Amino acid sequence: MLRIKRVPTIVSNYQKEEGEEVARLGGGCGRNCLNKCCIQGAKLPLYSFKRQNKIVGDRCLAGPESREPPVDFLESLLLGEWEDRMQRGLFRYDVTACETKVIPGDYGFIAQLNEGRHLKKRPTEFRVDKVLQTFDGNKFNFTKVGQEEVLFQFEASVDGEVQFFPSAPVDVENSPSVVAINVSPIEYGHVLLIPRVLECLPQRIDRDSFCLALYMAVEAGNPYFRLGYNSLGAFATINHLHFQAYYLAVPFPIEKAPTKKIATFDGGVMISKLLNYPVRGLVFEGGNTVEELSNTVSDACICLQDNNIPYNVLIADCGRRIFLFPQCYAEKQALGEVNAELLDTQVNPAVWEISGHMVLKRKKDYEEASEENAWRLLAEVSLSEARFEEVNALIFETIACIDNGKGGATHSSEGEIKTEEVDAITSGSQRARVSGTQECIVLQ
Amino acid sequence: MASQLLLIEQSFNSRYSVDVREALDEFSDSFTITDPSISGHPIVFASRGFLKMSGYSKDEVIGQNGRAFQGPRTNRRSVMEIREAIREERPIQINLLNYRKDGTPFWMLFHMSPIFCKKDGRVTHFVGVQVPISRKPRRSVNGIERNSVDLCEDGSRLRGDILFGSCRREVCSDTLVELGRVLAIESVLDSDSRGLDIEESCEASDVDKQRAATAFNKILSVLTLHSELTGRLVCEERCSLPEQSLLSSSLNISLGRIKQSFVLTDPHLADMPIVYASDAFLRLTGYARHEVLGFNCRFLSGVDTDSVTLNRIKESIRNEQACTVRILNYRKDKSSFWNFLHISPVRNASGKIAYFVGVQMEEGCKNQDGHGLSPEMRQLSAVGAVKVAVRSLSMGADPSKS
Repeated sequence: MLRIKRVPTIVSNYQKEEGEEVARLGGGCGRNCLNKCCIQGAKLPLYSFKRQNKIVGDRCLAGPESREPPVDFLESLLLGEWEDRMQRGLFRYDVTACETKVIPGDYGFIAQLNEGRHLKKRPTEFRVDKVLQTFDGNKFNFTKVGQEEVLFQFEASVDGEVQFFPSAPVDVENSPSVVAINVSPIEYGHVLLIPRVLECLPQRIDRDSFCLALYMAVEAGNPYFRLGYNSLGAFATINHLHFQAYYLAVPFPIEKAPTKKIATFDGGVMISKLLNYPVRGLVFEGGNTVEELSNTVSDACICLQDNNIPYNVLIADCGRRIFLFPQCYAEKQALGEVNAELLDTQVNPAVWEISGHMVLKRKKDYEEASEENAWRLLAEVSLSEARFEEVNALIFETIACIDNGKGGATHSSEGEIKTEEVDAITSGSQRARVSGTQECIVLQ
Repeated sequence: MASQLLLIEQSFNSRYSVDVREALDEFSDSFTITDPSISGHPIVFASRGFLKMSGYSKDEVIGQNGRAFQGPRTNRRSVMEIREAIREERPIQINLLNYRKDGTPFWMLFHMSPIFCKKDGRVTHFVGVQVPISRKPRRSVNGIERNSVDLCEDGSRLRGDILFGSCRREVCSDTLVELGRVLAIESVLDSDSRGLDIEESCEASDVDKQRAATAFNKILSVLTLHSELTGRLVCEERCSLPEQSLLSSSLNISLGRIKQSFVLTDPHLADMPIVYASDAFLRLTGYARHEVLGFNCRFLSGVDTDSVTLNRIKESIRNEQACTVRILNYRKDKSSFWNFLHISPVRNASGKIAYFVGVQMEEGCKNQDGHGLSPEMRQLSAVGAVKVAVRSLSMGADPSKS
C-alpha cells in the first residue's frame, strides 16, 4: 500500500480534521446540512439547462429574432451567488487579496501566492495506489456542507427548455446535483459541482456525471470558466464525486500547447496528443453532439480508473476541448522518488497545476517562479513516453471497442494507433478488463 | 432584435460617409468588418467576395459573429488565438478552417486587424480578410514542417487560376513565375483536397499573405477616406491614448460586456474620479461618457440627497468595505430617481485595492431579465464580473496598460 502525507484543503466550513469527524446517527445534527436530518423542506435556486442536440457553437446561423447573444444567465447566477457568500464572510480568506501573476515565457504559467489556503495542521495520510475506493460515510463528504454553502441546484430540464427557479424545493427523490462554494478558493468563483449529492457516489467518473460537468461548461458559455477533475491518487482528497470550477480570464498554458491529431471517431470526436508540454496528455474535441464528446471522454476515464491509473481532467473552451492526463506523481512521492526541492514547494500537481495555474504557499517560491521551474515540476508529474503510449493503447482499445458498435474509427495518416490493435477487439479479453462498467457492454 | 440591427446600421453610417459601401463593393476580395462595441461583436459589413465564397446572403451574415462560420473541425486553438488577439486589440494572421452554407469546409488565411479612431484611440472596427488556401504543409521525415516549396521550377503550371477562382485573376503578371511555383501543389491532384477528407492543417504561402495584406490596405484606404469626410477619421494604429486611458484596453473590452449600470472609481487619484462608466450607466443618468469620466460621483447627488447616506458611503470606502444604500440621485436633466447603490472594493492582481465599483439599480425599474434573477443578484453578479475582469487582466504584461 502506498501512502503520502498531506494537509487536506478545507473546502467546507463544516469539514473537520481527521479524527474530529463523528458519525452521525440520524436525528438532527443541529444545523442545516444536506443530510436527511436537515434536507426536508430545504429550498435552493434551481437552474435547469437544455440538452442540446447539436454541438454548441455550430448553431446554424441564428435567425434574425435570435441574433442577440443569449443572456449569460448561468454566469450571472454563479457570480452573483458567489459574491453574496463573499460578503457574508463564508470564505476563509479573500482570494482576490492574493497576489498573482503571469510568469514571463512562451506559455505564460500563472503563479499565485496564497499563504492562507493551507492550514498549519497535522498532515493526513492518503492512500495513493488505489484509484477506486469505496465511499466512507464517516469521512467528510458533501452531505455535511451547510446549505448556505450551496449556491444552486443544477439539472437537465425535463421539458427541454432553460428554466430558473429562484427558490425550488430540494427534491430528494430526484437525486439533485448541486453547485457549492469552495471555502478555500484558488480563484474568484471557485465552486464544486457535486452530481447527485445525496447518492454519496465515490470519486469516480461515470457517463452521466461527466455529461453534467460538460453541460455546465457549455451553459456557462465563457471560455475562462473551466472545470477540473482529480481522481483519487491524483490529488483528490475527498472521496465523494465532485468537479471543481472557477473563473480566470487569461489563457491557460495547456490551452496554448500544440497538438497532433491521432484519431477521429465516427461520432465526430477527435483525439490528439499534446506536444511540447511537460505533461503528456490527450485532447478530446469535436463530436456531433455534447453527449458524443462526453461519452468518449468518460469511457477513457473509466478505462483508466478500472486499470488503476490516476488521472486528471480539464474541461476548457466552453466544453469544446477536454484534456486528459494520466499521472504518477503521487506514486513517485510515496516511493520517495521525488526531488526534495520540489517536495518542499508542497505543490500537489492536480488538474489546475498541470494546466499551468500554480498556487504557491511560500513567498520565496512565488518570487522565484519561472517557466523553467514550473516545467521542471510538471515534468515529474508526467508519465514517461513509453508508459504513456501503453496507456494510450489501453484507452484506444476501450474506446474503439465501444465505437466499433457504430462502425469504427478512422486514423489520420500519421496515426500511431496500428489498425491491427484496433481490429483485434473481440468480446473476450478487452471486455473483461473494463467489465466494471456496463457502458462498454451496451453498444449502440 | 430591431435595436441590434439599428446599432449595426449606425456602426457604419455614423463613422463613414454614405457611399462607403459602394466603394467597398468594388473590391472582389473576401472580407468582413465587425464592431466590437456592439454586444456579440457582430459583422456589420460583408463584401460580395465573402458572400460568394461562403454561399450566404447578406441578410444571413450581417449581425452574426465570426464563430458562425466555424464548425466541428475548426481548430479550437486557432479560435483561441483569434479571441486573444481581439481582446488585446492587435492584428493576427492565421490559417483557419471555415464552413460554407452548404456545410463544406474550406481553408483560408484569416488576416484581421483593428482600426482605431484617430481622435480617441478606441477601436472602431476589426477588418478581417479571408484568402482561400489549399496548400498542405510539407512534412519531412522527422516531423518538422518546412515552409519552403521544393517543387519543380516550371512556371507553366498554372492550374491555380481555376482552383482559386476570381481572387487569383487579379495577381499581376510579373509574379506568374512565383505563382507557378506556389501553385504546383500535389494536393491539387490529391482527392483529399476536394473536400472528401479535409486535410488537418493548411499553410498559407507568402503570396497568400501578401494578397491578404494588400486587400487590407485597400480597405483601410477606403475607410480612411470615407471617415475623413465625416470628420471621424480612422487609422491603422492607435494614434492617441483611449479616452479611458487609465484602464488597459483589454479591461475596457471585458467591462464592456457587463450589461448593468456601473462605474469604476479610482481611490488612488485625487478626488476619486470615475475611470469607467458602462453604457447602461450613461443611459440611466443621461450623461455622455466624456461628461463623467474624470469626475467624482458627487455630481449624481442633489438638493434632496440625504447626507447621512453620503457619509455612510464615505465611511465604507474608508474602511475598504462593501455597502448597499438607497440614495436619491439626479440625472443630467435634473430629474431624480431612487438608486439602490451597491459599492464594493475591487482588487487587482497585486492583491491590493485598485478601484471601487458602484452598481446602480433604479428603484421601480422593471425586471429586464426574463429569467427571474433578482435585481439584487444581478447587481452582485456585476460586482463579480468586474472583480474577475480587473484581477485577471492585470496579471500579465499588458503593453497597452499605462
